[in-house]
Amino acid sequence: MEKLITDFSLGLFFWQTLLFIVLVVFLKKYAWKPILSAVEDREEGIKDALASAVKAKAEMESLNADNERVLLEAKQERDKLLKEARETKDYIIKEAKEKANIEADRLMSSAKEQIANEKIKAITELKKTVASLSIDIAEKVLKSELKDKSMQEKFIETTLEDTELN
Amino acid sequence: MKTKIKITSLFFLLALFTHTVFAVNDGGYTKERDVRSEYKEFKDHHLKDNHSFKIFYYKTGNKKKYISFPLPVIIYSEHGLDVFMSSKFYNEKNKRVSHIIDDRIYKIDKKSEKIKATLASGKELKVIDFSITKNVVLILLCIFLMLFVFIKMARSYSKNPIPSGAGRFLEPIVLYIRDDIARPNIGEKHYKRYMGFLLTVFFFIWFVNLFGLTPVGSNVTNNIAVTASLALLTYIITTFTANKNYWGHIFWMPGVPTPMKLILAPIELLGTIIKPFSLMIRLYANMTAGHVVLMSILGLIFIFQSWLGGTLSFGLAFALCLLELLVCALQAYIFTMLSALYFGAAVEEHHHD
Repeated sequence: MEKLITDFSLGLFFWQTLLFIVLVVFLKKYAWKPILSAVEDREEGIKDALASAVKAKAEMESLNADNERVLLEAKQERDKLLKEARETKDYIIKEAKEKANIEADRLMSSAKEQIANEKIKAITELKKTVASLSIDIAEKVLKSELKDKSMQEKFIETTLEDTELN
Repeated sequence: MKTKIKITSLFFLLALFTHTVFAVNDGGYTKERDVRSEYKEFKDHHLKDNHSFKIFYYKTGNKKKYISFPLPVIIYSEHGLDVFMSSKFYNEKNKRVSHIIDDRIYKIDKKSEKIKATLASGKELKVIDFSITKNVVLILLCIFLMLFVFIKMARSYSKNPIPSGAGRFLEPIVLYIRDDIARPNIGEKHYKRYMGFLLTVFFFIWFVNLFGLTPVGSNVTNNIAVTASLALLTYIITTFTANKNYWGHIFWMPGVPTPMKLILAPIELLGTIIKPFSLMIRLYANMTAGHVVLMSILGLIFIFQSWLGGTLSFGLAFALCLLELLVCALQAYIFTMLSALYFGAAVEEHHHD
């Protein structure tokens, strides 16, 4: 203890206290404050970055879910469209077929009608022609048959025999 | 690279300066003295503060040559301030002489290395020595180093949030002091107020302790005045930042019977002084003890003067140096830790009811 008191140097104590206080003041202002605030900013930054990473991950997940949903919807939409298209196609084909059938029927019937008309016309013509021909033939036959008198008499007799007078 | 060149040139300048002003001291030992007492004298001398910066000495024949440079001496007495260089205490033959200003005779006491003053009338003059001694120079060096390193480190953050260079090594220590010393001991609410002091005191003690391990410097924390100053600052900060709760616990301890309160008050009050006092003694004693042991072991080389003693002593000294490296940081840590603990007690919130 005695040695401690005799060893104590007031001058050194004075310089140490003065210089140390100056050092604390200077370092506090120009070193510790910027260092600690920089470190705190960095820590905040890391914290924020982590939080935003977690958020981004969640967002990504929801985005993925969304994507899947959209994809599913798109698929459903596509299927629906395809189905509709198929239905339309079938309908169109069916309708076309029906129309074609009707048209064909119509054509057939009109053709038949025409044919029938033509046939009747032809038959009538034929009849006319046959009639005139037979008249001509009959005339010619009669002319040749009834050339002499005996033949004429015989014809009249036969005709009269066939005809019964009542 | 740039800093390396700067530091090298600084040392070069220092070396130049040393050479131009170095003093050659022939010591004046004519008769052969025994090694043991000479070494003891050297050791005691090394552990003391000094008015000139002696770097080393060597012997030519029986003459001692000192490589050293003088430092300013500032003496305050009732006659006012006297300022002169410490080289005035040596004559051209490097014998110790008195320096006389008007009627005041100053001389360095050989044993204690302190300046004694007498008046021409033979009456002793009471003086206060404010000299820039070797320890003050080391403190200044340490302060400049700290300012340089930490301000540079702080500047580097404005460019890049990740530290570079020395900051890469120092930042974890700064963070350790914040997260493991200040925060748990002082508390999240108040710790920021004390960070400046805690960080400065930690790095200051650590750096001067490390300076003390270099061959150039005597250890600054070997001086009771230095540790007293640091402990006093802790005491002042504790006292002036203390809240009502702290004083309540000292003068009127809650939760104990009234007679006990009366007994506890003086004990607690004394405790506030004992705490920083223990800080002062702990740092001083640990560092001094380390140096005394280290120097004693080194002294074995000169006392044994045999290959066995030399080798053994070298090995021991090397191991002790490694231990001292640890002690340097450990003492700085303990001082900071306990200061934080005392600050924590001073600002602790009331939570008894």
